[in-house]
Amino acid sequence: MKKVYVNEDWCLGCHLCEFTCAAANSGAPDMIKAFAGGKKPVARIQIEEGSAVNFAVQCRHCELHPCVKGCISGALSVKDGVIVCDEERCVGCYTCVLSCPYGAIVIDGAGHKIRKCDLCTQNSQGEPACVKACPNNAIVFEER
Amino acid sequence: MAINYLNPLFEVVRNPDRCIKCRVCERQCANEVHHYDPDLDRMVADETSCVDCQRCVTLCPTRALKIRPNENQFRENGNWSQQIMDEVYKQAGSGGVLLSAMGNPREYPVYWDKILLNASQVTNPPIDPLREPMETKTFLGKKDQSIHYDENGKAVYEKNPYLELDVPIMFSAMSFGSISKNAHETLARAAQELGTYYNTGEGGLHKDFYKYGANTICQVASGRFGVFKEYLDTGAAIEIKMGQGAKPGIGGHLPGMKINEEISKTRMIPKGTDAISPAPHHDIYSIEDLRQLVLSLKEATNWEKPVIVKIAAVHNVAAIASGIARSGADIIAIDGYRGGTGAAPTRIRDNVGIPIELALASVDQRLRDEGIRNNISVVVGGSVRCSADVVKAVALGADAVYIATAALLAMGCHLCRSCNTGKCNWGIATQRADLVKRLNPDIAYKRLVNLVHAWDHEIKEMMGGMGINSIESLRGNRLMLRGIGLTQKELDILGIMHAGE
Amino acid sequence: MNYVIIGNAAAAVGTIEGIREVDKTGKITVISEENYHTYSRPLISYWLMGKVTDKNIYYRSPDFYEKNGVETMFGCRAVKIDTASKSVVLSDGNTIPYDKLMVATGSKPFVPPMNGMEKIASCHTFMSYDSVKAIRSEITEGSKVLIIGAGLIGLKAAEALNEYKADITVVDMADRILPSILDVRAGSIMQKHIESKGTKFILGTSVDEFSEHSAKLKNGATVDFDMVIIAVGVRPNTELVADAGGKVERGIICDLTQKTSLDDVYAAGDCTVSHDASSDTDKILALLPNAYMQGEVAGRNMAGVETRYVNAIPMNAIGFFGLHIITAGSYDGEEYVEENGNNYKKLVFKDGLLKGYILMGDVKRAGIYTSMIKERIDLKDVDMEMLKDRPQMMMFGKARREEKLGGIFR
Repeated sequence: MKKVYVNEDWCLGCHLCEFTCAAANSGAPDMIKAFAGGKKPVARIQIEEGSAVNFAVQCRHCELHPCVKGCISGALSVKDGVIVCDEERCVGCYTCVLSCPYGAIVIDGAGHKIRKCDLCTQNSQGEPACVKACPNNAIVFEER
Repeated sequence: MAINYLNPLFEVVRNPDRCIKCRVCERQCANEVHHYDPDLDRMVADETSCVDCQRCVTLCPTRALKIRPNENQFRENGNWSQQIMDEVYKQAGSGGVLLSAMGNPREYPVYWDKILLNASQVTNPPIDPLREPMETKTFLGKKDQSIHYDENGKAVYEKNPYLELDVPIMFSAMSFGSISKNAHETLARAAQELGTYYNTGEGGLHKDFYKYGANTICQVASGRFGVFKEYLDTGAAIEIKMGQGAKPGIGGHLPGMKINEEISKTRMIPKGTDAISPAPHHDIYSIEDLRQLVLSLKEATNWEKPVIVKIAAVHNVAAIASGIARSGADIIAIDGYRGGTGAAPTRIRDNVGIPIELALASVDQRLRDEGIRNNISVVVGGSVRCSADVVKAVALGADAVYIATAALLAMGCHLCRSCNTGKCNWGIATQRADLVKRLNPDIAYKRLVNLVHAWDHEIKEMMGGMGINSIESLRGNRLMLRGIGLTQKELDILGIMHAGE
Repeated sequence: MNYVIIGNAAAAVGTIEGIREVDKTGKITVISEENYHTYSRPLISYWLMGKVTDKNIYYRSPDFYEKNGVETMFGCRAVKIDTASKSVVLSDGNTIPYDKLMVATGSKPFVPPMNGMEKIASCHTFMSYDSVKAIRSEITEGSKVLIIGAGLIGLKAAEALNEYKADITVVDMADRILPSILDVRAGSIMQKHIESKGTKFILGTSVDEFSEHSAKLKNGATVDFDMVIIAVGVRPNTELVADAGGKVERGIICDLTQKTSLDDVYAAGDCTVSHDASSDTDKILALLPNAYMQGEVAGRNMAGVETRYVNAIPMNAIGFFGLHIITAGSYDGEEYVEENGNNYKKLVFKDGLLKGYILMGDVKRAGIYTSMIKERIDLKDVDMEMLKDRPQMMMFGKARREEKLGGIFR
């Protein structure tokens, strides 16, 4: 299955992936509107910044998926290999946050819900927005 | 604190309706121009350090940024321009030599733009390069002077070393040190894919790039940095650098702060020491001395590699070229006054040397007049900006061209001309690891290959229009050129007629 | 193959999905006393709060049984496992034969004997959909509620009832709240937080005697109530296995494949004893993720693919009135503590490993800590300063990051 991979040798820590991800999943037609009026849509990809190394982390869509197995509401499920969250069913218990070994489940504090990468399968992006946004090809969408 | 006489050169214009405060500009600016102010909850800019490299503008996801020249004006003066006045203030403050980078930006005539190409009409009809074979392959080196046959009547060729180029374009010298390792990798990989050559400059060759040796020209300059047997053996050709178009008559200086572990190893000098290339080669004071070095290098490499001698285009370039053609060198490279550099004294860059177009025409003519044109190939550089410049250069007599500024542009350079600060936001002219990483050779080398492929297509189109199907037939074919808006003297030097003639 | 599952919650669903990973066609029968499509037990408090609808309380989609080819027998109580004839005897006398049996009977609320309990006008437990439906039908704005037990269930009940502007008092024999998951300090921060939302605590005492609408406490105080909720703990439903001669201690004893000591009888979930890898002790880990994963492992084994369930640890993710807690592992060892307002962090190290943690408030990316406990990652291989700062992949070496995140492409 094609997944998103991040090559830390090329990640600049510019955070463009985060903002693009947040906008792409906000339902707004463009980035300006997504953030208009101080709105802070949540990104499903997170940059870790170090002194010399940066990289982005998002759902690995791993085969063990302890998040899905531990989900108390059944909001998380695997669809064609992609781990998706039915945000309507999520109650914000954060058991998935407890379970994910990558720390890839993002907490949307405002809504007391979780958000996670679904490889842009549930928005209108076509392919993962973070990959398109990365200025340095540090994020790729490929089969491995 | 004393008065700061220097005004910011640029203004950062931020459209508040578009800015989402993502702070990408802040993270991407090595000059620390942008900041987020939490009290004001908006982005602010300190324009004094902006160099207009356009990194922030290019990466801003909402296109909220513009960099404009500062509109603040001194009282107008046709003689004392604002720039000249600023330079006086700067030197009055620092007491130092003005430094700048890349090529001469002054508005001197660009002769390429005053030369027009011919095209066939009824007779000798044009050729469609999409339908017919079109040759841009180029060989550089000494040509056979006469044809010899063995006892069986088969032709016997002289065994002169040569370079074979799939396109008449090479990447000129840029040292590892002046540019980043990733920039070097970009050039090397592009040269390999294009079937041409890149040039180490005077910084030696990093071990990681020995695998590109067949597409590498190894430079030997006055500092002799990184020169040793294995280095010479690895390259396809050796270039002796006598001069550089951006700073004729002076040497080079890579400050110690840029001499990191890898550069230190590659240049074979201690970490942190300044790398100073002297103005002259201390063993060359005559053409005879030059000949000794040429022959020594040939001897050291088993007479298998062509030797290039690179000089800056200066007033008596034709006579110098004539000497070089007799020195045993196989190729002469001439660098015009618009050629780039990582750092040069501004006054030198802007006032020394001559245009490459004139230098090329006079060198080619002189070598023909002396009957030694076939002794040596001529490569020109120093602001070849597009495929039309290449075609005009070849028609003026060049065997091939060197490009560097255009290659850097393909990698992302925006000609902010601040290479000397070492804070290149595009990861090209810097050794700061966080900045170097911004140039991903996987992306950049493809862009460079694209550029040269595009130029090659265009060269073929232009040749086809002239009814020429081989670049060999264009070489020195000045009948294909006409001048426009040039004086008779300029036309005479260029050896071309005026448009309409 | 004929699979029979007693129970219909997370462990049962795990079993069904585990079986179906391997065996797409074998017959599966689910026997459940409750007359509901499988629902999530932890969601009952959210349902009571109105945060979860009738539709969304279900743990799996409405076509779950159909899609997985499961026959359901709801409203049926299994009373006996007959290992000789390999069948389950139901309360109505019918017998259901099995080739492989799953006992996923969970637990029941523990209601200790208390003086005068029979006099209480409205007394509830807080374990099932039916129990919250009953509470919902009685509760009104301003109702006085006495909750016995300041553990996870009691406080979830308090949070839910707060939505009804109920007047809530929680009484617990222990002198602090949530002792099963929090240390003293974190418990006190949480207690203050819950108190700030209006819930009252009376700790370190218990009910001496109930009357119809009030309780006299052993410390002499009296609490009036319209409703009592008993939430002092749960007891595993182990009788079926015990009666059939299976090994039972505090819960049903299983091997690593989740098989009980009885042939072809498996068990999973809150009715079983698990091995806590963080403290290397056996205990009941009454957690939904544990139940599901045990069930899944059991299902695979029942269908013939040997799979082991290892690395189970106690862990909890829960929140009260918007203040979240994530905890995992055991708390015996050298401690590192940080506190800032409602944010509390405790990391526990022992034998060169991270053994346990408590995060309250800022719980972002806690799973990275969890994985360190489960995978027993040597602290020598991580940057301790980064580890203490916050959960992050950066603290691991490049090699491990590459392995975890998918690595470099070159």
